[in-house]
Amino acid sequence: MTSGHFIDRLQTGLWQENPGLVQLLGLCPLLAVTSTFINGLGLGVATLLVLTCSNVLVSATRRWILAEIRVPIYVLIIASLVTCTELIFKAWFPALDRSLGIFIPLIVTNCAIVARAELFASRNGIVASFFDGLGMGTGFALLLMAIGFFRELVGKGSLFADFHMLFGGEPLAGLVLVDGGWLLAILPPGAFFSLALAVALKNHLDRKRDAARKT
Amino acid sequence: MTPGVAKRGITLAAIAAICTTLVAATYHVTAPLIAANEQAWLERSLKPAFAGVDYEGSITAAKLILEPPHGLPGNDTAIIYRAYSGGSPAAALFAVTARGGYAGPIRILVGIDVAGAITGVRILEHRETPGLGDGIEESRSDWIHQFDRRSLGDPPAAGWQLQVDGGEFDQLTGASVTPRAVIKGVRETLLYFDANREEIFTMPATSEAP
Repeated sequence: MTSGHFIDRLQTGLWQENPGLVQLLGLCPLLAVTSTFINGLGLGVATLLVLTCSNVLVSATRRWILAEIRVPIYVLIIASLVTCTELIFKAWFPALDRSLGIFIPLIVTNCAIVARAELFASRNGIVASFFDGLGMGTGFALLLMAIGFFRELVGKGSLFADFHMLFGGEPLAGLVLVDGGWLLAILPPGAFFSLALAVALKNHLDRKRDAARKT
Repeated sequence: MTPGVAKRGITLAAIAAICTTLVAATYHVTAPLIAANEQAWLERSLKPAFAGVDYEGSITAAKLILEPPHGLPGNDTAIIYRAYSGGSPAAALFAVTARGGYAGPIRILVGIDVAGAITGVRILEHRETPGLGDGIEESRSDWIHQFDRRSLGDPPAAGWQLQVDGGEFDQLTGASVTPRAVIKGVRETLLYFDANREEIFTMPATSEAP
């Protein structure tokens, strides 16, 4: 694979096959934690970490993984990585861990991760799998952050609240633009609406680009 | 047994061993940090409910763990933290569960000084609706401060309700189930304190790793 291919892999994950926007995988954490930007960023980074490492490990061991036992092995690898990630969060980002709660251990059930292991990492080299994990994970993280940003802005009228949970320092209220907001955005229906808007926006941009190409 | 099965079994076992080693190593590195974080978080979250109380030593050292039935609100484990000043009792802090919340139990922390006045109430855990019931959180509204310095006779029994129900406590806009549950939980804790004042401060601390 040439370096062009790696950039291609990244683009595929970020846009053409974005796990959240196109494959609609991993919706449970996506909808549940994106009530603020920082929550989205925290879970996004955790997912990115697990996805990249699991892709690399699955790819590295693919010679020994026989077809019949591949699923238990993926489960083992992903579950171990998630446990390590959870311990790391508890040790260095305790406040964020409290805020994300059960959703860090639940990364293990994020089907985007097992899907990449099965569809890509088990059939490709380590470097390519690394870039695939990086692209897909970043694509997912960016979507979480975008939805968190939007819901926090509309629902609470603030931006970057609880910044200290990830970066330490004194608790800050974040940028308060408007006091209070449109409550619906931070309630569960707001998550569905936000995701629908994001998918619609992506499809609109793609269509516009295709139209521009034809003319 | 065919040789193929043995080979698969060995592969699986080897990968399981590697994964276990990875988790064990991470645990070994992070365990002391995690324990320190938990302790710091606990002390930090207990302090605000002890406003204005002078005490010595660590609050978490002299705790009582009560398994139900214990007479305190809620039917799960209740924890009592005790603070002493110069060897005599100063205040007690109750971590109890208020029932009747809108979305499951609400874990509350009630600080009561030795004279029976509330030093502070805080919410430890809840799943109430964001933007409505979560006004009970200190960071979201001042509602919880209404309990400061109250005691069993202030207001009298009939006053321990929301104003809308004929009591003395302000409502929380858009939520009435949640504050009702909290008021009831706080009052039940005061009743328990009043009935067991002596025992609370003389019982030996429950021995258990923190």
